[in-house]
Amino acid sequence: MSASLEFSIARVGAMTLRYSYLLRSSLPRMLEMMYWPTVQMLTWGFLQTYLLRAPGGLAGADKTTIAAGSLIGAVLLWDILLRGQQGFSFSFLEEMWSRNIANLFMSPLRPAEFVASMMAMSLIRLFVGMVPVTILAIWFFGFNLWALGFAFVAFFAILIIFAWSVGLFVSGLLLRYGLGAESLVWSLMFVIQPLGCVYYPVSVLPGWLQPICWALPPTYVFEGLRAVLGDHALRLDLMFYGLALDAALFVAAAFAFVRLLAAARRAGTLLQTGE
Amino acid sequence: MSLETVPVLRVDGVSKTYAETVAVKPLSFALPAGSVTGLLGGNGAGKTTTIGMVMGLIEPTTGTIEIFGRDFLKDRYHALGRMNFESPYVDMPHRLTVRQNLTVFGRLYGVRGVADKIEELAADLALKEFLDRPSGRLSAGQKTRVALAKALINEPELLLLDEPTASLDPDTADWVRGHLEDYRRRRNCAILLASHNMAEVERLCDRVMMLKEGSLVDDGSPAELLARYGRGNLEEVFLDVARGRGNGGAA
Repeated sequence: MSASLEFSIARVGAMTLRYSYLLRSSLPRMLEMMYWPTVQMLTWGFLQTYLLRAPGGLAGADKTTIAAGSLIGAVLLWDILLRGQQGFSFSFLEEMWSRNIANLFMSPLRPAEFVASMMAMSLIRLFVGMVPVTILAIWFFGFNLWALGFAFVAFFAILIIFAWSVGLFVSGLLLRYGLGAESLVWSLMFVIQPLGCVYYPVSVLPGWLQPICWALPPTYVFEGLRAVLGDHALRLDLMFYGLALDAALFVAAAFAFVRLLAAARRAGTLLQTGE
Repeated sequence: MSLETVPVLRVDGVSKTYAETVAVKPLSFALPAGSVTGLLGGNGAGKTTTIGMVMGLIEPTTGTIEIFGRDFLKDRYHALGRMNFESPYVDMPHRLTVRQNLTVFGRLYGVRGVADKIEELAADLALKEFLDRPSGRLSAGQKTRVALAKALINEPELLLLDEPTASLDPDTADWVRGHLEDYRRRRNCAILLASHNMAEVERLCDRVMMLKEGSLVDDGSPAELLARYGRGNLEEVFLDVARGRGNGGAA
């Protein structure tokens, strides 16, 4: 096997150790990981409570779905998507900010191992940030995300793979174009929010926009969530299409990352990273 | 060619062009084990680009690079574990302590007994008093010693140094040079050194390549260059080359 194709768990472990040192070194950063998801969950949870109690408000199927927790469930899943991508990209940005990229790319660390360590950190950061929030959602609003069981596992898998795909693509842009592309880390995923139909069904959007929505894996998750909560139906077809699209987009993102890394080597930008 | 005579590094016709700008014109040289070769030149001469290409961070426009007898541009990973580098322009994560940073790099390089190796480097490079201090809170001299520890953690057979003593006081710079000389003697390591510092090049290098505007304009041992230009030190030779005067011959 070519040395470039070798994959070392030990090197992935070394990078994960590096990011965990970083995480443990700052209590405010750990608290911040819980802070925004908590604020979001409370805001949407109280809105949901208001919509259900307002006289002359919701009726019929909409009321049933929202009463079952579609808004608060959507905001929790949205945060898994957003924080999953930011957790991935934040690890990468740390290397750029600390001018450490050249050290890493001149070490035996393979790009695939680097990416695997960022995926691992994305999961660790999600665990730290989201688990307490899901427990708070039970306490405040009686909504238990974990009770979705297999559906939750499928939703999580689709969202996290999509989050990694976006993170991988943005990391490639950072390598090639430097910190000038940093704003994409924080903003790119927000394009997905209206198109992924987080809080409303695809059917409310104009017809010409709907195919674009269906090209995004998160759309299948949020439609699937509403089906589970409103109709008690686990839409395996939605899960299948979501995962298939995810796989295609992840391969495309990995290809883009490899091409952008090669372009960075040609342009000499690996030696010029940093603030 | 026997294995003993295969150079650690062989650069053959390597050049780099960025859009319309030629950073390095075709350059060829080889580094035997245990040798120290200096790249000398002013700003923009192509020293950092040349080192960057040998590090695998910059893709050459033309030419080939062989390290330990194998094509580095086709498969860099067979060599990366046996080489390392130090540069003041590349940093280590500031919020991690020196020990944490060295632990991570030790593991990346597959060093056995990382904790013991760090203790050994800490003793050699006088790091003990700040081993558990965040790297961002070190002085310039301390940072250089830590960067040197990172560069030596895998006991490299090929060491690339880009201005290793830039911004250091004379005492610390002298100490670093002494340590590099000692390491080269002990490990028979080949060193490629880019520097602006003539005294450093004169002291450490057994061969000097003079670069100007991306071209190799002269090449030889420090003694040969001094004799060729009729000068008393390399600084005067450097000025002759930089200002296009003197008696040197093109390489």
